Amino acid sequence: MQITIKIFRFNPEQDKKPRHERYTMEVQPTDRVLDVLEYVKGNFDGTLSFRRSCAHGVCGSDAMRINGRNRLACKTLVKDLHSSKIIVEPLLGLRVIKDLIVDMEPFFENYRSVLPYFINNDPEPKKERLQSIEDRERFDDTTKCILCAACTTSCPSFWSNEQYVGPAAIVTAHRFIFDSRDQAAAERLKILNTQFGVYRCHTIFNCTDACPREIQVTKAIGEVKQALATGKLD
Amino acid sequence: MSNYHQFDVLVVGGGGAGLMAALYASRTASTAVLSKLYPTRSHTGTAQGGVGAALGNIEEDHAEWHTFDSVKGSDYLGDQDAIEFMCYEAIDAVYELEHYGLPFSRTPDGRIAQRPFGGHTNNITGKSVSRACYAADRTGHMILQTLYQQCIKNQVRFYDEFQVVDLLLVDGVAAGVIAIELLTGELHTFHAKSVVFATGGHGRIWEITSNAYAFSGDGVAITLRRGIPAEDMEFFQFHPTGIYKLGILITEGVRGEGGVLINGIGERFMPRYAPKVKDLASRDVISRSIYLEIREGRGVNGENYIYLDMRPEVVNKFAAEDGRKRPDGTPYIVTGEELLSKLPDIVDFARTYLGVDPVTQPMPIQPTAHYAMGGIPTTKYGEVLIDEQNTVMPGLYAAGEVACVSVHGANRLGTNSLLDLIVFGKHSGLRAAEYASEAALPKLPADPTDFTRQQFDAIRNAQGSEKVFDIAREMKTIMSDNVGVFRTELGMSEALEKVRELQARLKQAPLTDKGKIFNTELINTWEVGNLLDLAEVTTVSALARKESRGGHAREDYPNRDDANWLKHSLAWLENGQIRLGYKPVTITKWQPKERVY
Repeated sequence: MQITIKIFRFNPEQDKKPRHERYTMEVQPTDRVLDVLEYVKGNFDGTLSFRRSCAHGVCGSDAMRINGRNRLACKTLVKDLHSSKIIVEPLLGLRVIKDLIVDMEPFFENYRSVLPYFINNDPEPKKERLQSIEDRERFDDTTKCILCAACTTSCPSFWSNEQYVGPAAIVTAHRFIFDSRDQAAAERLKILNTQFGVYRCHTIFNCTDACPREIQVTKAIGEVKQALATGKLD
Repeated sequence: MSNYHQFDVLVVGGGGAGLMAALYASRTASTAVLSKLYPTRSHTGTAQGGVGAALGNIEEDHAEWHTFDSVKGSDYLGDQDAIEFMCYEAIDAVYELEHYGLPFSRTPDGRIAQRPFGGHTNNITGKSVSRACYAADRTGHMILQTLYQQCIKNQVRFYDEFQVVDLLLVDGVAAGVIAIELLTGELHTFHAKSVVFATGGHGRIWEITSNAYAFSGDGVAITLRRGIPAEDMEFFQFHPTGIYKLGILITEGVRGEGGVLINGIGERFMPRYAPKVKDLASRDVISRSIYLEIREGRGVNGENYIYLDMRPEVVNKFAAEDGRKRPDGTPYIVTGEELLSKLPDIVDFARTYLGVDPVTQPMPIQPTAHYAMGGIPTTKYGEVLIDEQNTVMPGLYAAGEVACVSVHGANRLGTNSLLDLIVFGKHSGLRAAEYASEAALPKLPADPTDFTRQQFDAIRNAQGSEKVFDIAREMKTIMSDNVGVFRTELGMSEALEKVRELQARLKQAPLTDKGKIFNTELINTWEVGNLLDLAEVTTVSALARKESRGGHAREDYPNRDDANWLKHSLAWLENGQIRLGYKPVTITKWQPKERVY
């Protein structure tokens, strides 16, 4: 099938402001948008810049806005867009460095702020710490996060203030808060109970729609709010 | 920021091995991780099915059995002392990950869940044993996330999106690396006492591959250019079950949970090739069986693929035929829901990329280039070896897929790659820090970035009408066709000629991006050069090895030849030529015998 792809372009060494460029080509309906970008780069314009690595939706490198929605370019097939016109733009809310590459540092800074690591100060047992299947299931959904930033950069609260810790960081906090082996839930809840914490979420659900891992992001945020309100972790 | 940095230990690569090395090295030494990707983008995160360790949580198991299975799986080319070391270390290594918070799936009694995997057996009955410790079908993702989190906790210093492009050696000792900061295009000199390479593999040589774009063989290419040999490069694993045409991995865990391979006439064919463990034979055996089925006209619809079938009714039918039981002795019966909960990502991949729901339809699959058994030669502590006499290069270490210890020999068992990362990542980090505590900081060369500038100026100034995109595609095609699952003298000679032609053509591929900031075209071109160099070394090593062993299957030499070829190959790059040498395999307890599954 023939498609036209319109790509956001910005070369900081040449351009004063961003522009868009269009390319028309034949593709297979089952091609990934990433394949299309690779083809454009390889054949039309080697300066086109974007991040990518695993190419199958696991590493989180190539989150971008495709036809107005945050998605992974490698997990979006042309046919699934139901259109011969494709528009590709960088994630919103983060500074554009070049073309589709944005500055991820504020995103990772927010991630680092929620104690994103397992804390248990008891002496380590000789074997594994036991955990029931039910207790493990409690936080299963939020272990899937690949830190692609699709959720955080779809959130109007984050657009209006980059200091908002954002859905991805709350998902990470959730993964530890509800892990029966972890001992630092109270500290994380305290962090999320501040001005730029969990209450900046206005339950808009953009994050849940954007998540390429189908994590129930808004639900996870709700559970953190609930834990703050009740002081309970169930 | 100054472009000069000094540390005790540098870790190159932010995947499982690099992060593990950094965790251990940073306990006692100033340590930095340099990664071309944000570490959580590393390829470790795509590993699915599990990490091997004889915990015995489901049924009787022993590290000794794991050792023997790995020796046999390696087709006796693995070094038995190193394999034994890895398999005995495995148990504590997995508990350590659990202590770091890794969310393993659990057994009903709350212990780490385990599932069967190819080539892992009960050594008495010969039947499959549940040895793969898993977190659903995203075990690698959980290892990568957990180790990255621990690095944050321990305040490890990261240089993200720094592409290492050269290794500095002074008087035969490692002295640091040169890296390009992708954000600015600036060259940085990292000066250190120890350097640990953990840069992963090079599956992007082949067209159908499970490997990330990042897997461009940087570590081996850099060290080859600095006179360090590459070991056993002819051995590359083709995983039996990649998604048709795309190569995306479908974990062996699918077969561990009871999935079976079905050919175009609806037959479960593996029992003809591996009567005992059938669909859980080791990967080289299954990939060859699939090829033979397709070649004999039994592909599906006459095409180059067969089915991987995990529909519950099919799983249950064959489990009953095989007499498979649950640990409590009841017959093995699965439901769609159970498969979905144990293999959620697989279901997602099949739906996204194949438009197939694997609970109700079989998945079209074909073998996919997956894992480098070969790489930078090391001891079991990650120390890099530079010759046939196993001379250690002071200050230089390698771990993970980039290294060749050799624990995988001619064919790696599933789950042993994640195990390799954590065990050898740890020990290389420990050794690197220990060495740094005693060694003086080596002097830097007079002009440390000289060699890098030469290479990159050549890329930037190339003139001609070639396209890197076409060169990469032609390499992948010829390597897939001629240096794949089955190989011949004629086919490989053609491939070698083609690869050399492509190396010459790459010098005539001009860049359109003349900028500095995120010049991904520049980096990609350099990476394609790395892949071509590794394709050449792979093919030269494979042409020389006139036998079939593990992942190296020659139609003109179909048998294993222990009398002449029970040895590791070493390849050096010298003045643009490849020189081969050999060194013996370490055999402790198990003399080679015929390999039957």
